[in-house]
Amino acid sequence: MSETSDKLVGIVLVSHSAAVAESVAELAKGLAGGSTAVPVAPAGGTVDGGLGTSSELVSAAAAAVDRGAGVAVLADLGSAVLTVKALLAEGDELPENTRLVDAPFVEGAVAAVVTASAGADLTAVAAAAAEAYTYRKE
Amino acid sequence: MLDADFFRRWMTAAAVSVDREAERLTALDSPIGDADHGANLQRGFRAVTAALEKEAPATPGAVLQLAGRQLISTVGGASGPLYGTLLRRTGKALGDDGEVTEEQLAQALRAGVDGVMALGGAAPGDKTMVDALVPAVDGLATSFGAAAEAAEEGAVATTPLQARKGRASYLGERSIGHQDPGATSSALLIAALVEAAGE
Repeated sequence: MSETSDKLVGIVLVSHSAAVAESVAELAKGLAGGSTAVPVAPAGGTVDGGLGTSSELVSAAAAAVDRGAGVAVLADLGSAVLTVKALLAEGDELPENTRLVDAPFVEGAVAAVVTASAGADLTAVAAAAAEAYTYRKE
Repeated sequence: MLDADFFRRWMTAAAVSVDREAERLTALDSPIGDADHGANLQRGFRAVTAALEKEAPATPGAVLQLAGRQLISTVGGASGPLYGTLLRRTGKALGDDGEVTEEQLAQALRAGVDGVMALGGAAPGDKTMVDALVPAVDGLATSFGAAAEAAEEGAVATTPLQARKGRASYLGERSIGHQDPGATSSALLIAALVEAAGE
């Protein structure tokens, strides 16, 4: 297990749909114990409420959850993933120590929030989210 | 030599062309995509021309990097980060020179296309914008006209291909028989080079 700290890792959930991002954020926080202090921000859909990805909403969400312990970003598919990758390549659009986590969106979000709520560092949060891929359903 | 003005003309010509062809791009995106490619790129390139007018970057590299940033932040679909990365990487590769040669542009655009392939994971033959851009970069060694022709041929040649990237790939064999919208808009972008050069 990695080191723990007072500062919690922030989680950003990027989906094509605002409703999906918000619901998954609620679900993850709920399963993490409801009162968890982990900063979680949804960044779903476009600025005008349509389906798609807004780099503005992603940047704002990442800034909002940054407590200095790093930010784990989970994305659903297509433009959500590509937008986060392009922002990371840009260098100055996201807080330092922001990472796109390779994880299934819903299961990964739950794993990330629960792990972060224990004070785990970004590496441990990312590993827990990625590990959600190994849970088979048949 | 190609100066910042040339690159502004390139982006403006691309914006005009995307405006003119927006309906066709969206129509191509209807059977195999989510029918937003024309409108998305239209919004993106309008933001590009507005930003270029406002900020008037002084070098070719700065023009393309500004254009790329605008596309990433305004398009809303996957074409935003993909085209944004194409232009930004190309712009970065051009460096700070006030004027660049056609050969420098060809090399820089190759770096841009490599960036697109790395970001999206697509290879030639996957029925994506890469199928127009790779032949275009090869054609640039000869002339802008040759690049535009090669890009158009590459776009048309996506029709019989089965999509292996993006939403269209979920359609499997049903993606065959449709020209790829991203390859089509890439061909427009390359054709705009010819217009910018006044050839």
